[in-house]
Amino acid sequence: MSVATSVQPQPQPPTAAANTAKEITVWSHKDLVGVEDLTAAEITHVLDTAAAFKDVGTREIKKVPALRGQTLVNFFVEASTRTRVSFELAAHRLSADVINMTASTSSLTKGETLKDTAKNLEALHADIIVLRHSSAGASKFLAERLDASVINAGDGAHEHPTQALLDTFTIREKLGRIAGIHVAIIGDILFSRVARSNIHALLKLGARVTLVGPSTLVPRVFEQMGVTVTHDLDSVLPDADVVNLLRIQHERQRKEYFPSLGEYTALFGLTKQRAERLKPEALIMHPGPINRGVEIDSDLADSGRSVILDQVTNGLAVRMAVLYLCAGTNPKRG
Amino acid sequence: MNPAPTPPIPGAALILDRAAIERCLKRIAHEIIERNPDLTQVALIGIPSRGIEIAKRLAIYLQEFSGTQPFAGVVDVAMHRDDLHRHRLPPRVERTILPHELEGMTIVLTDDVLFSGRTCRAAMDSISSFGRPARIQYAVLVDRGHRELPIRADYVGKNLPTALGQRVHVRFETTDGVADSVWMSQA
Repeated sequence: MSVATSVQPQPQPPTAAANTAKEITVWSHKDLVGVEDLTAAEITHVLDTAAAFKDVGTREIKKVPALRGQTLVNFFVEASTRTRVSFELAAHRLSADVINMTASTSSLTKGETLKDTAKNLEALHADIIVLRHSSAGASKFLAERLDASVINAGDGAHEHPTQALLDTFTIREKLGRIAGIHVAIIGDILFSRVARSNIHALLKLGARVTLVGPSTLVPRVFEQMGVTVTHDLDSVLPDADVVNLLRIQHERQRKEYFPSLGEYTALFGLTKQRAERLKPEALIMHPGPINRGVEIDSDLADSGRSVILDQVTNGLAVRMAVLYLCAGTNPKRG
Repeated sequence: MNPAPTPPIPGAALILDRAAIERCLKRIAHEIIERNPDLTQVALIGIPSRGIEIAKRLAIYLQEFSGTQPFAGVVDVAMHRDDLHRHRLPPRVERTILPHELEGMTIVLTDDVLFSGRTCRAAMDSISSFGRPARIQYAVLVDRGHRELPIRADYVGKNLPTALGQRVHVRFETTDGVADSVWMSQA
């Protein structure tokens, strides 16, 4: 709840009137598959909507009836705790009913196809399907075939749109803007859907992005997206407004991309010594779960400039906004 | 003399012009003072979008007439609507701005047009999720009838009998960039 400051009534001079006329942003997507599909205005609209939903968490009654009567299925074919819990809580706060399904509890293990499983969920009148899947494109595949709203909670190494939206929300909240901000994304970019979604969101909103990591995990080909690629972390830190540290994803790497975790930390870990090179107001971000002592020094992760827990709180608000925008008025819903 | 304002759609009839709107809101301000001797315990809470503007203007008039400027804020109704699925597009969600403490306060909800009463119900639901004000009053610039809920306004600028299919348009210089005016059209 934003309280205390009353809206100050100020008579507007007639000349300023035309400038204050409301811009109308239209949201007409039933699904959120990727940030790549969104315009800058749509991204900003999600962030503005999320700001209003963030206040719901501070109310006496932390629940609004926007999605009352709708059923959300958390369909997580790939393991996740924080994203699933965040979506589940977001749905509860919007008064939707939630069913959780994992790969092991679904019939996928019995050989059912993804489409058939999803069709069955829809036959049970599920209105929203939040999908995490190890294959890139799985969300798009379902979104095109189902009347239900499909929200991508991570598809392979492709996109993780709500993570990018909550990251940009956090940057805007802490620094007041996105345009002109220099964001360094550090670590395992090659396998990171978080990095891809963040790159799309940040570039669309006018930020500058530098990718840093070993050449095996940050190939030069990323420069085609409009970002800078470097393998020298120390040279980037003094100029960065935000450092976003990505987790080394052991599970997604089938072979070794660097000799050892120790060497990775020595070259690309954010140690206390390295952090001294940062601007005093620079933000330290991490999508979690953090590998303490690998990507980031344990004390730094708990320090005042780390906004890692703000990201978690904001994730809830952003997911409420996304569910509200996609599912609240989905015309195909039965 | 100001030139006649331009109608929002061709053929719309002008119901209230700038001076008439000002008279209506000033009268409502006097009525609020009459019914609420202690304005420090009154908060004017606007329903988006143009109710916010009405709350701001009433706050200025109350300051002018009584010397006390009450709190002016905002209550979001979009996330409290019971008819969300009937909208073609999701209504814009606004940040709610209420006093720290609602206990003991008199909330005056403000809106431009009172029609079915469903928006007012959503606003009351929204406020009750923040706390329990002593009472809620309701001020509208235009009451056009056709209530679908047992709701009435405490302060009405203009009672406007309408047919169900007619539309009422409110325009403010500050929110719409055109001269203050209220219009009625056939569809």
